[in-house]
Amino acid sequence: MPTITIAEADVELNDDGFFEVPEQWTEEMVPALALTEGIQELTEDHWTVIRFMRKEYFEKGTGPTVRVLGKTSGVTVKELYKLFPKGPGKVAARMAGIPKPRGCI
Amino acid sequence: MDLSNEKISIVISQGSLEGIYPGLIMANGARAEGMEANLFFTFFGLDAIHRKRQEHIKVATVGNPALHVPTWAGGLPGVSSAMTHVMEHKMEKLEIPSIPEFVELISDTGAGLYACKASVDLFGLDMDDFIEGVDDVITVGEFYEMAFGGHIVFT
Repeated sequence: MPTITIAEADVELNDDGFFEVPEQWTEEMVPALALTEGIQELTEDHWTVIRFMRKEYFEKGTGPTVRVLGKTSGVTVKELYKLFPKGPGKVAARMAGIPKPRGCI
Repeated sequence: MDLSNEKISIVISQGSLEGIYPGLIMANGARAEGMEANLFFTFFGLDAIHRKRQEHIKVATVGNPALHVPTWAGGLPGVSSAMTHVMEHKMEKLEIPSIPEFVELISDTGAGLYACKASVDLFGLDMDDFIEGVDDVITVGEFYEMAFGGHIVFT
């Protein structure tokens, strides 16, 4: 379980880069997290997805899958894959400081 | 784990509900992991992308012991439709998309959808018979070229 420093704060990540403690996440960390995901430019849509991921996680105990994101976040599935080419649910969860969403569809 | 350099090619060869869903779930899941994914529909699997048939995919109620319906009963008129209805109702509750919606979703994820040329010729079909998201009708050789370097899953 590596501890790394993002935006001058220590955070614990698991081996796949997900936050162990979602409460350690702050919005200031997002630009640095985006860079580690290969995302150079953060758009308003990225933020919409990231905030939605956190909201869902704290309400339901797991982050949404791509299909749920596409249906309820206001960002379409096509757009989600443009924003997060390496997998919207997974990458946005890492950037939002929450565990990997659990869901098959 | 970064899977974005991985590639998977999934063949869907059956036209029953239980024959189609697993391949769709695997393709959608692969894209969600950032993998490149292509779906190939062959033989009766073509029904999953057939404009007029994809809404009428049914559960196989004959010769399907795990369904726990005796084979003689499974063949009675209406049994397959009724079982399909029950299954679809359960899936809807779990928010599992219908086959048409699922195929469209997979196309939106950027996965490729391809029809097998031999089957298309066999059934006398052409591109007009397929839904919009279908990319092309391809030969087995073209399939191997596309799948090269990745995993192939046959369902």
